[in-house]
Amino acid sequence: MADYKNEFGWFAEKPKVEKKIYDRNKVAIGIVVFLVIFTIAFWKNLGKAVPPPKPALETAAIIKLPEKERTCVEDVEFMRQRHMRLLVDWREQVIRDGERYWTNSKGEKYLASLSNTCMECHTNKTQFCDQCHNYVAVVPNCWGCHLTKEEQVAKAEAK
Amino acid sequence: MDFFKRNILAALIAVLGLIAVAYVGVKGNLQLLFGVVIPYMALLIFFEGIIYRVIKWARSPVPFRIPTTAGQQESLPWLKRTLADKLDNPSTFPFTLGRMALEVLAFRSLFRNTRSELIEAPQRPEGAKLVHWSYKWLWLGAIAFHYAFLVIVIRHLRFFTEPVPHFISLLGEVDGFVQFFIPTVYVSGVVLVLAGLYLLGRRITNPNLRYISLASDYFPLFLIIGIGTTGILMRYVYRVDIQAVKQLALGLVTLHPVVPAGIGAIFYVHLFLVCVLLAYFPFSKLLHAPGLFMSPTRNMTSNNRKVLHVNPWNYPVKFHTYMELEDRYREAMYEAGLPLEIEPETMETEGEEE
Ligand code: HEC
Ligand code: HEC
Ligand code: HEC
Ligand code: HEM
Repeated sequence: MADYKNEFGWFAEKPKVEKKIYDRNKVAIGIVVFLVIFTIAFWKNLGKAVPPPKPALETAAIIKLPEKERTCVEDVEFMRQRHMRLLVDWREQVIRDGERYWTNSKGEKYLASLSNTCMECHTNKTQFCDQCHNYVAVVPNCWGCHLTKEEQVAKAEAK
Repeated sequence: MDFFKRNILAALIAVLGLIAVAYVGVKGNLQLLFGVVIPYMALLIFFEGIIYRVIKWARSPVPFRIPTTAGQQESLPWLKRTLADKLDNPSTFPFTLGRMALEVLAFRSLFRNTRSELIEAPQRPEGAKLVHWSYKWLWLGAIAFHYAFLVIVIRHLRFFTEPVPHFISLLGEVDGFVQFFIPTVYVSGVVLVLAGLYLLGRRITNPNLRYISLASDYFPLFLIIGIGTTGILMRYVYRVDIQAVKQLALGLVTLHPVVPAGIGAIFYVHLFLVCVLLAYFPFSKLLHAPGLFMSPTRNMTSNNRKVLHVNPWNYPVKFHTYMELEDRYREAMYEAGLPLEIEPETMETEGEEE
């Protein structure tokens, strides 16, 4: 036991404070909880391969179109990114300005209507719109008021 | 330019520079770097850094309780303690848990924030008086900021899970309850940026605060405001293909990274700023988050008057008896005229010489 000399010349054993992890168990639990919570997205998907959604385009209305005209109201890139903005622009145009027709970037004219234009071609809401929306977890609330094609048909038959 | 403006500017330029780096990089077709490599690296730094820090903190001995609190500590039985006292100065584990929960979930100690200001008082000879008043705006700004951040992060999990758990969609619906604009405006995104701007404005406009603010105080604020702003721009103005974003995000978490074509540059700017935030976290003041859980003044029961705490690292001390001391310093004590148990023998020899 080596003697320890302090400035007064007195001796005591040199303090030996071990470099240990105090409260080791609690700290370990804390770290594990932190890791599990922050990597939850990894655990939930472990070993899964998630295919991207395939919105079905093959509706009777679209197949009926000639091969060359089988396009949306704008090009696909634009539709994928901005169709919700387009719909809102349509709505404002119709409701605020009373202008029911809309011309796209190629100069083609369309009736600006959710049910009577979009849903006229994309009659299969559940296989089309909903495919993507479920994937990214958005629930557009339009359908509380606007009819889908299926509903329109059902309504017409009921009359 | 004075020192204080330089701090603000350095942080601002750093964030703008990061935005430029990501933008230029993506325009130069470095999507794989910014979409996959950097996110994985940032995550590694984030986790490794935090664990390293926490273990480093856990190596410091904290032998004693530190009751720096505002409540009456448990003491003699006739000293009354209210519920607030028990929560502020807990003597049992459940109340310590309560104190920690209040601190983490409600920022209780920040709630007590006061402000001291010199206000004009013409009726006084000095023309001014010092007032201290309870100042809740900082608390409000901070809590709005943190909760908005939490809600946004949880909502973002919709990009990282498939199928999306119900509570995440539910949170999205609650957050978008204003049903204003399409895409529906999420309140939390707006609150995050506004609260961030308030916290920034507070530092810049208050001279006392500006004096103690460094670039490392401004940088995280600019960074988070930048993340929020790019997110909002991406959602409401420069739309990107969200379906492709989700493919990229799912690729990251399923460990099958893919870089779908056609995601706009603004997404990579947003993601890069988030990565910088993650990687910067373990080296910055942002560590107050894990640090809170490791704070001895918060996580230890203050039972100093109830339980005897012996320092477990006390080392054995060699005690010295009085006689040992006197033996050692007898000459000096004699010369100083101090009373002694045993007179030094030298006295006799000195006497003989005379
Ligand atoms: C003339 C029929 C027609 C109309 C009207 C129409 N679409 Fe389309 N839509 C299509 C076709 C065809 C495609 C596939 C285009 C392609 O793959 O090049 C398509 C593609 C899309 C896509 C992209 C799907 C994908 O696979 O990524 C979206 C989104 C979309 N349409 C939404 C709408 C919305 C919203 C409206 C109403 C504003 C609308 N469409 C109106 C025919 C139409
Ligand atoms: C509260 C009921 C309601 C909801 C919810 C609603 N709308 Fe409408 N919308 C209307 C009404 C009423 C009109 C006017 C119909 C008209 O004059 O032809 C309209 C018109 C429109 C129009 C133009 C006219 C037409 O025939 O489509 C568009 C486009 C539109 N809405 C899109 C949307 C979208 C997209 C959503 C979902 C985000 C939505 N709406 C949700 C009630 C609603
Ligand atoms: C290619 C996939 C895809 C298809 C197909 C698609 N959507 Fe979307 N839709 C999206 C994405 C992605 C969003 C935005 C999610 C976000 O911003 O978080 C969205 C958002 C919307 C919104 C705004 C919702 C909100 O509250 O923010 C409306 C309205 C909408 N879509 C209507 C339609 C309609 C109508 C159709 C069918 C004609 C359709 N979409 C088809 C992918 C798609
Ligand atoms: C610190 C973490 C992050 C913060 C604070 C943040 C903040 C935001 C904010 C405020 C918005 C605006 C819309 C809203 O309120 O939700 C947004 C949108 C967005 N963010 Fe983030 N973000 C973070 C991380 C990420 C990550 C890691 C990704 C990668 C997948 C991402 C991708 C997106 C996308 C794609 C949008 C647009 C959402 C839409 O259009 O619906 N964000 N972000």
